[in-house]
Amino acid sequence: MTFFNARSAWSIYKRELVRFLRTAFQSVLSPVLTTSLYFIVFGAAIGGRMPDLGGVNYAAFIIPGLLMLTLLGETTSNSSFGIYMPRFTGTIYELLSAPVGVAETLVGFVGAAMTKSLILASIILATAMLFVDYTIAHPILAILYIMLVAASFSLFGFILGIWADNFEKLGIIPMLILTPLTFLGGTFYSIEMLPDPWGKIALANPIVYLVNGLRWTFYGTSDVAIGISLGLTLGFLTICVAIIAYIFKTGWRLRD
Amino acid sequence: MNSPSMQPILEISGLTKRYAGGLLALDNVDLSINRGELFALLGPNGAGKTTLIGAVCGLVRPTSGTIRAFSHDLATDWRSARSRIGLVPQELATDMFEPVERAVSYSRGLFGLAPDKARIEEILRSLSLWDKRNDRIMTLSGGMKRRVLIAKALAHEPDLLFLDEPTAGVDVELRRDMWKLIGAMRERGVTIILTTHYIEEAEEMADRVGIIRKGKILMVDDKAAMVSRLGTTEAHITLAEPLAEIPAQIAMPGVHLDEERRVLSYRGGDGSGKGKAEVAELTKALIRAGIDYTGIDISESSLEDIFVDLLEQREAESVA
Repeated sequence: MTFFNARSAWSIYKRELVRFLRTAFQSVLSPVLTTSLYFIVFGAAIGGRMPDLGGVNYAAFIIPGLLMLTLLGETTSNSSFGIYMPRFTGTIYELLSAPVGVAETLVGFVGAAMTKSLILASIILATAMLFVDYTIAHPILAILYIMLVAASFSLFGFILGIWADNFEKLGIIPMLILTPLTFLGGTFYSIEMLPDPWGKIALANPIVYLVNGLRWTFYGTSDVAIGISLGLTLGFLTICVAIIAYIFKTGWRLRD
Repeated sequence: MNSPSMQPILEISGLTKRYAGGLLALDNVDLSINRGELFALLGPNGAGKTTLIGAVCGLVRPTSGTIRAFSHDLATDWRSARSRIGLVPQELATDMFEPVERAVSYSRGLFGLAPDKARIEEILRSLSLWDKRNDRIMTLSGGMKRRVLIAKALAHEPDLLFLDEPTAGVDVELRRDMWKLIGAMRERGVTIILTTHYIEEAEEMADRVGIIRKGKILMVDDKAAMVSRLGTTEAHITLAEPLAEIPAQIAMPGVHLDEERRVLSYRGGDGSGKGKAEVAELTKALIRAGIDYTGIDISESSLEDIFVDLLEQREAESVA
């Protein structure tokens, strides 16, 4: 008997994407509208009065941060809902009773969440083009980095979806922790602009490394070294995989 | 009809499940299910029926004990075992927005099988769902939704199928329909384990019956053997005139007079016909003694009577 059944993983992946497409209008329109509003407010209204940051026009400077803002929120929500809803409605019985292990489950759920995130990232970048001229310095690295972040936060969302035992808990981490940290993580400014000690305190915010990692792939310049951003993101991904493997091994919240 | 063999398809040994809150849902359960049989697990609410099914199907992690299905240990070789087990849950739990055919195809894929439109069509037709294949599940009636769950469970062609309260909350007509369906699945050689509140259901279909209460299996036996061993005959003879006491000519074990002394009652036998013979003897004895009667009401105890008696007896024992 095989240890990975590609057909099982593909079935989960396909079903999750179909679920996403059921609400495609809302899923697509929402990031387009939000990104447009950010560009209107921060790009056009305020951005005109801001100096270039690291040699990058302010409206272009905020693109990686805006992308990360949407990416983290949507990826975490998609993934957490993806596993929480079957738990809530009871349909998870089918997944648990199938000959499906942690690998197929993650490839299916997390792969679908990553795909959704890449679709959203493309939409956001296309929307950004309507407001500002920009070129991506390292496009392949940018795509890989987006995929890495999407994978990490899909796994994180998956853990949230298993941990949460009500809708409030499901929303509390993205709303009260992720979004504020992303806003304070250098989305709209360079942390070098912050006075002491806030500049140093900002370095304790993990989102700073994500935003700056992506910003480096876009413009070749950032507040922190790309190696540190990459290392921390990979570390986060590894921790999430380890937690999920533990959850499947013990059955915590799944087979209690 | 496929006859059940004595070859065990599922062997449960010392299975215990204690939930985090302390509830002991299964208490050292031993059970063996034979290939091709239809086994009915009877028990009151909270007896542990669903937990037992959950433990075999991978929904519940056992606290201790072993489960072997198709000679595979479910703790280690769960992939091989689960690929041959199907489950129809008690709740109507499925993605209600999905069309019927896609939902069933998903179940087949989830179990790692290649798409097979012909097989899916066959399953849907056998459950009278083919005309509804493009309908969203949410638009179907309760009975049709339950059929969809059965179709999903059959999509990977399981050899062992669990039906958890398959007729709970459905009307009499649909229940009869469901019994036919279950019978047809059994004809195809699927081993079926069903839990039910309706003893009539077990009486109608099961080869063997298990009775579970408070996480313990009280009894497992062939249905006919259980009725024969524990069944009784009850007769109530309405007398033309009240009797002061039971005359010596008709005194026999199991015979007593009611308080108004107008009804002579008998309870005895063992479900094998012995009780009926004793009632016949009793009526002859009444005639010989010159005691006239105006009516006889005679009944054999059903599986339900046995079930209720057994539970009451165990309840009394546990109180004592």
